[in-house]
Amino acid sequence: MKNKGGNSSTPRSAFIDITDTKDLPMKNETIKILQKKKKVILDTWMKFQLSDDSLREDLMSNDELRMQSEELISIFVDSLKDDNIDKPESKDFEPVTDILNGITMSRAKQGYTSRETGNFVFSLKEALLHLLQQEIRDPQELYVQSIRVSRLIDFFGVSTFETFIKGREEVILRQTDEITEISTPVIQVWDGILALPIIGTLDSARTQVVMENLLQKIVETGSGIAILDISGVPAVDSLVAQHLIKTVSATRLMGAECIVSGIRPEIAQTVVHLGIDLSNVITKSSLASALKTAFSILQLQVTKRQKNLTHSDNHGKNSDS
Amino acid sequence: MEKIPILKLGKLLLVTIQVDLYDHLAESLEADLVHMINKTGAQGVLIDISAVSIIDSFMGRIIGNIATMSKVLDAETVVVGMQPAVAITLVELGLPLHGVLSALNVEKGMILLQEKIHLNDNGFATEVDGDT
Repeated sequence: MKNKGGNSSTPRSAFIDITDTKDLPMKNETIKILQKKKKVILDTWMKFQLSDDSLREDLMSNDELRMQSEELISIFVDSLKDDNIDKPESKDFEPVTDILNGITMSRAKQGYTSRETGNFVFSLKEALLHLLQQEIRDPQELYVQSIRVSRLIDFFGVSTFETFIKGREEVILRQTDEITEISTPVIQVWDGILALPIIGTLDSARTQVVMENLLQKIVETGSGIAILDISGVPAVDSLVAQHLIKTVSATRLMGAECIVSGIRPEIAQTVVHLGIDLSNVITKSSLASALKTAFSILQLQVTKRQKNLTHSDNHGKNSDS
Repeated sequence: MEKIPILKLGKLLLVTIQVDLYDHLAESLEADLVHMINKTGAQGVLIDISAVSIIDSFMGRIIGNIATMSKVLDAETVVVGMQPAVAITLVELGLPLHGVLSALNVEKGMILLQEKIHLNDNGFATEVDGDT
């Protein structure tokens, strides 16, 4: 037997079918209450938000928070209609979700935690329930209406979380891009000698970037020698070695020589244990010795200056080719 | 029919590829070059591929072939001016062209080639190393 008069004195049944509410006279009462009491909701909500320990006044001023909340409430309440209150996925709520997504996205980027963002939405539920409690006297009706409101807000809560995670992922993606961009600098250490210190793991995507940057720079500067310094690469496995060999081959095809430096003892051990053939790659243990080799390939000589010139340093170079 | 010119420069042959190579053109270049080496007795071949922006496995193999053939005919081959994208493609295709000399530009390629020919003339490579 279905529940006939919402305000009624029907015997309390354990099961209340809250989806079948067509003939409830109290039905749009909730909406009316909410639309009339926007201001009250906002005040209660702000009170809840401000009393929350996790309030981040350092990230957003209270005025700004109030503005956001006001906007959200007014759009939310305005889009409530008799026929959509049980259908949170209804098109009418799109503006609400849009605004909520916007707020969440900016919060994710500002560095709010997920808990703080969640509390923002769920404290609205509390404020709404608080209001309903004051306005609706009949306990059963209050229960039914509360469930409907909670359901709606829960739906928004879930979508908030989805957006929050998406926002965070965007931040991570952007940072990954930036790191790849920054972490592969090609330095010209001498006329005709380039150095490329690689820091961090070498995966195929990164090798691609490294290779492209290096080859491009070789063309730009017309350098004959490139030094790949791998002292910042934590581990070398067969895949990394494969990438290294590829880079060396490509450099060679361009007509430049490639020296791999910064090979630590552990790396030498792994390379030999894995049976990787590095015999056609010039390898050096340190950047200094690689540079020395580069000088001798280019037939450059570094000599200490004789004492007859008094001031400063000791670097003289003469080149012939 | 289009043809790639082969220029004689003293003891060297200079081939500049100014168009994108297609299969037929590459094959005729291969044949022409071998004949030219034979006819002129050139000791070195310089192939400038700086204008080639697209390369596939076939073209990679042809370039490798030309180099090997010239070597058989006692002429050193240097490939110069390879573009980064082409180099990456060749490596990814698994054609690192071992045995082919390469240089960044024509000037450097010429120097390299002259060094090589000079060494060959001497019969023995007398290595001059400023070591340590």
